[in-house]
Amino acid sequence: MAILSGVLATACAAQPQASPEAPAERAAEPAARAPFASAYAPPAAPPTLIRNATVLTGNGERIDGGDVLMVDGRIAAVGRSLAPPAGATVVDATGRWVTPGLIDVHSHLGVYASPGTASASDGNESTDPVTAQVWAEHSVWPQDPGLEAALQGGVTSLQVLPGSANLIGGRGVTLKNVPATTTQAMKFPGAPHGLKMACGENPKRVYGRKGKQPSTRMGNVAGYRQAFANARDYMEDWAEYDGKLAKYERDKAKGEDATPPKPPKRDLQLESLAGVMRGEILVHNHCYRADEMATMLDVAQEFGFRISAFHHGVETYKLAGRLAKEGVCGALWADWWGFKMEAYDGIQENIALVDAPEGGCAIVHSDSEEGIQRLNQEAAKAMTRGRLAGLDIPPERAIRWVTANPAKSLGILGQTGTLEAGKMADVVVWNGTPFSVYALADQVFVDGVLLFDRANPALKPRSDFSL
Amino acid sequence: MRKRAILVAALLLAPALAGAQDFLIRGARVHTAGDAGTLAKADILVQDGRIAAVGSDLAAPAGSAVIEASGRPVTPGLFGGIAQIGLEEVNLEPSTYDAELKLAAPAWQHMWRPEFDVTPAFNPRSNVLGVTRIEGVTWSTIAPLAADTVIIGQGAAVTLDGRFDAALPGSRTLFVNWGSAAHDASGGSRAAQYMLFDQAIREVREPGSSGSAALLLPEGSAALKAYLAGGRVVFHVERASDIREVVRFAKARGMRPVIAGGAEAWIVARELAEAGVPVILDPLANLPDDFDRLGARLDNAKLLHEAGVRIAFTQDDSFHLRKSRQLAGNAVAHGLPWEAALAALTSAPADIFGIGTTHGRIAPGQAADLVLWSGDPLEVTTVAEQVWIAGSPVAMRSRQTELRDRYLERLRTGATD
Repeated sequence: MAILSGVLATACAAQPQASPEAPAERAAEPAARAPFASAYAPPAAPPTLIRNATVLTGNGERIDGGDVLMVDGRIAAVGRSLAPPAGATVVDATGRWVTPGLIDVHSHLGVYASPGTASASDGNESTDPVTAQVWAEHSVWPQDPGLEAALQGGVTSLQVLPGSANLIGGRGVTLKNVPATTTQAMKFPGAPHGLKMACGENPKRVYGRKGKQPSTRMGNVAGYRQAFANARDYMEDWAEYDGKLAKYERDKAKGEDATPPKPPKRDLQLESLAGVMRGEILVHNHCYRADEMATMLDVAQEFGFRISAFHHGVETYKLAGRLAKEGVCGALWADWWGFKMEAYDGIQENIALVDAPEGGCAIVHSDSEEGIQRLNQEAAKAMTRGRLAGLDIPPERAIRWVTANPAKSLGILGQTGTLEAGKMADVVVWNGTPFSVYALADQVFVDGVLLFDRANPALKPRSDFSL
Repeated sequence: MRKRAILVAALLLAPALAGAQDFLIRGARVHTAGDAGTLAKADILVQDGRIAAVGSDLAAPAGSAVIEASGRPVTPGLFGGIAQIGLEEVNLEPSTYDAELKLAAPAWQHMWRPEFDVTPAFNPRSNVLGVTRIEGVTWSTIAPLAADTVIIGQGAAVTLDGRFDAALPGSRTLFVNWGSAAHDASGGSRAAQYMLFDQAIREVREPGSSGSAALLLPEGSAALKAYLAGGRVVFHVERASDIREVVRFAKARGMRPVIAGGAEAWIVARELAEAGVPVILDPLANLPDDFDRLGARLDNAKLLHEAGVRIAFTQDDSFHLRKSRQLAGNAVAHGLPWEAALAALTSAPADIFGIGTTHGRIAPGQAADLVLWSGDPLEVTTVAEQVWIAGSPVAMRSRQTELRDRYLERLRTGATD
């Protein structure tokens, strides 16, 4: 075993190094060299035409009697009476519904895997309130049986986040929900990293017990601010170095005697935060209470970054108009509430109220290995409560909560999240309306590859652990 | 504005129930959860808080209100599961949590406290009850909860209508952790659970037999004694081999075992059916959360039902009792017959907890715990339109609906955040 580990370590060390010609102006972002790059490569899939379904495209459109054509892993066409190309598999979806693959913006699959053994609790680096340097992908166990269960629930992409023990818990990773031996082979190509931040009770409870900051909400806020202030200094150090390096290059070119400047010491924590301030890493902020969300918007403004989504915001309905104006999504549960003080004001209309204003971006998320298996049912509950409250929410609108909107918050809407020509063919065929407790995914395609087929048990993915 | 706030406060403080009324529900699709099955179109007459008659073309006695169901479904009030509702207002707020006994006793010294009974701590005025009952959940079984003990203590079925003295007669139950759930409390081996339980039983039967190392106090011996004479004992246990062993163990010692959890119960379904042991399960629990649950699967409920095991549904969150019908709907999606799924939320748990003659069915003589639904009661797009408990209409408002209405109003008026 030790020998095997040694071989593996060597193999890792033998990976290609960062490209040496990184331009000087990129020096402030050594992480731009993209270590742990995506190795996701979907196998070739035959063209597939899904025919005569009720199609919810994810961009607000509903096509009754609609067809979806997938070619070379991409959506080739969505419409009516499409002709199958030669050699195409044709799926008769009469009476069935078709949606984009579902996307969960908040999962801990892989980092808090099943079984929840003491040896596999890898989601919270709760040794310091700011651990922006850790990456969830380095904790992900690709054999988590929860992943195949989520696939059967129609989930084709998910963001795996660190837990919420810390003010800044680390980077999240967006995965394609495909069976794989390595995490790199699941990484969504081109998806930006997320940064997990947490408001409220959890960080102050975890560190207050240890007798250190934060033990209060004001301690929380001071912690975020100091971290970003440090990162700003770090960026300035690199900018200064860039200037010196440029001067050195100029002097050298002129044939002058010049000494190359010494680069600042790399700091992985501050690199992550600098990435946030440059807009390359998207903030996913666990934050329940409306007043704390408003505080976080001010923190973001102070340091010039955007918050992509507030997660678990059971009070998001209290701030729905402002979030819509500022383009911040609410990633929410349909009906969780009460389990702690900051969840006391949860209401079942939360998602619908966040969705309601012009520009509102509501997302149904899970944070649960059970919930991720039935995001469609959670959306159905939220839709129902919104309609009863007098809001007009047809299925073609509500489906965006589990498709286009999470894709938007993850920065992958250009590639997936809707059924539009050119996008990844991430598609679910449901046995009827997905807005039902009886709904089951009949077929799930990821990049045009049929990964789950209820009618064909042999195709059902089983992780190594499940054997 | 201030007046309105006072009015709202008064509404919230008012009793949840307006008092039992006589009324007739006319033209409902009646899911009796009993031998009569589903009646496509029937009337239900309620008098003095009880169901007086179920049938066609019933006449409303003078002074009775008439509710036109217009074909909408009516079911018995639903069971919320084994929970800590009324024992916790906010789970992570210790001052509001009353479900666990944490005495700083020395290890092993009188650590088993079967006399611990949570029912006096039940708070019928909890906001959680108000949120829960307007969704059609009218009763639940409150239980102590602890991971660091084998015998957890006693609980009972309670009505959720908000009355004091909410425990339903005949439902008293002892709760026990078994398998890996009690691993740390049994010296690090589940084998010791049998050994220690037998020691406790000997202390009941032969007082003083453990000398100075007794597990039980005299009060505990007295409490446990009742359960050794045919009392209902719920074992939280998941693994097939543990289920099988504990059923034999409990029966041989005079207890009436009920399995709660039972992720792998399907593997021993035939033996459970033969032994007449019911299983209270979460039909959504399909993942191997631990090594006791490697066999967890979505059709556990279906397989148990097919084998003839009586099943009821539960989950482990007091704030989600309203989700119980979603559990049932998912069990149906994975093969359980619809009527069996409804029974698992009504008549089956009522029978399991000893209140089947008064609760869990729509039949003459039963308490008028009724729910009028907007559609299929197990469907997530359906809501409870009116709930009655013991014949009293529930005010269909809660702290959550008050919050909703306040912020809907702000949305309509365009008030800024």
